[in-house]
Amino acid sequence: MPPFDPSEIRADFPILGTEVNGRPLVYLDNAATSQKPRQVLDTMDRFYREQNGNIHRGVHYLSQVATEAYDRAREKVARFIGAPSPREIVFVRGATEGINLVAHGLARCWLRTDDEILLTRMEHHANIVPWQQAAAQTGARIVVVDVTADGRIDREDFVRKLGPRTKAVSFVHASNALGTINPAAELIRLAHGVGAVVLLDGCQSAPHFRVDVAALGCDFFVFSGHKVCGPTGIGVLYGTSEWLEKLPVYQTGGDMIGRVSFEQGTTFLEPPEKFEAGTPDIAGAIGLGAAVDYLESLGLDAVEEAEQRLLEHVTPRLLAVPGVKLYGSVERKVPILSFTMDGVHPHDIGTILDTDGIAVRAGHHCAQPLMKHYGIPGTARASFAFYNTTEEADVLVASLRKIGKMFA
Amino acid sequence: MSELADLYQEIILDHNKRPRNFREMPECTCQADGLNPLCGDEVKVLVRLEDDKLSDVAFQGQGCAISRASASMMTGKTKGRSTAEARELAGRVRDMLVGPEVEPPRELGDLAALSGVRKFPARIKCAMLPWHTLEAALSGRVKVSTE
Repeated sequence: MPPFDPSEIRADFPILGTEVNGRPLVYLDNAATSQKPRQVLDTMDRFYREQNGNIHRGVHYLSQVATEAYDRAREKVARFIGAPSPREIVFVRGATEGINLVAHGLARCWLRTDDEILLTRMEHHANIVPWQQAAAQTGARIVVVDVTADGRIDREDFVRKLGPRTKAVSFVHASNALGTINPAAELIRLAHGVGAVVLLDGCQSAPHFRVDVAALGCDFFVFSGHKVCGPTGIGVLYGTSEWLEKLPVYQTGGDMIGRVSFEQGTTFLEPPEKFEAGTPDIAGAIGLGAAVDYLESLGLDAVEEAEQRLLEHVTPRLLAVPGVKLYGSVERKVPILSFTMDGVHPHDIGTILDTDGIAVRAGHHCAQPLMKHYGIPGTARASFAFYNTTEEADVLVASLRKIGKMFA
Repeated sequence: MSELADLYQEIILDHNKRPRNFREMPECTCQADGLNPLCGDEVKVLVRLEDDKLSDVAFQGQGCAISRASASMMTGKTKGRSTAEARELAGRVRDMLVGPEVEPPRELGDLAALSGVRKFPARIKCAMLPWHTLEAALSGRVKVSTE
């Protein structure tokens, strides 16, 4: 796939042409949510205008059109992450719901008192709190793997803390707060070595490089649609057929049952329908399918190449700004730059950048244990996407230099 | 740019850099911890009360320039006042930030420098956090949150 022209790509995203505070928008908060190309917006608009019907229940034309589009979206998502079968793709509201579904299910079918759940100190709160709930329900314990100074999962500590009691391991593929890409395949293999089930949080990997869940070998993989140029309210849980069958039902109701009877009890459908109670976010799933198509049309390798070029451009320039300290300095990173500036609180950085039209995130990034590990209240985070330009990176750096002078 | 200059006035930047009464107070008679869960700002306000008078006020913690400057100026302005006067001052600061836009009353003094915050709704909680925490300390509550 040949590299694409950023200026042509940008024309696909209506919001990138807008102004904020009288300045051209420089959108560098992609780790929070990505912007949407018109291909996604048009697909969803057309669905509501021309194809809207409920799925899996109608003999009528619109129901069939909607059902086909929904099922096709599932196939697209399966191909996107290398899932062997679309039957292993469950549509959920987002990664958070996916992790809750798995943690809640494992609490009922897998975890027992004194079992251990291995997490790491760089997890997003969404990959901590559901496990704390599962632990509280079962009497299992949370064990936390340390993070190194440069922002990696400490491999030795990971190995040390894996043991015969480790029943579940859940960790982030790429860190939302540091950008670090973890050696997932290797860690998954180690975890499987002790018989643990493994969930991989792919919120920050799926948008940035080619993911192949079969090659990674994880049992579960989650990501959110809105971070891969899709709409909010839709996300993906991948689970191996084996685990999706083993896992008990989550929410129950219509669309997930075989037969409902007061006398003979109720039977459930097979996965993935087993986990999709009620009318799902049909338009969201179809929008996500369009987003996946869009990324595939660019080529995930081209996306990665463009973003790595941006990262190579901006990192040394950011580090050259007086007082800037970068958190997460490993070689293999997604284009996330989490930093502090001496004497300037991240929130002040965020406010002042905003007046220059630059959107970044300031705060703890839903990773309070990680911030505590580094002894900081939070960072400012500039997170890039393939549609950002080196010129935008330069606008960021110039604005940071101005802030440094202001607070000197 | 002018709104930004109104927000980060020289006096705010100065208090941020050299906060006054930013210290411990072993002999304090009441204290409270304030938390802004959204951004993680934490402030501890310490007060020594003598016969309903705030004979000493100090603060600790971590926060942005707005919350630090607000806390720093607050300690100076409330020291030596009665609890009723301190509460009234907190009310005046709140009115300045969220009430109808009027010329800040003269008795606010340097605190008028915080008036620029009203143009930045996301930051009003930062400016109010120390005052909420002071009110909590005076009411005998130990924890307060802006959420």
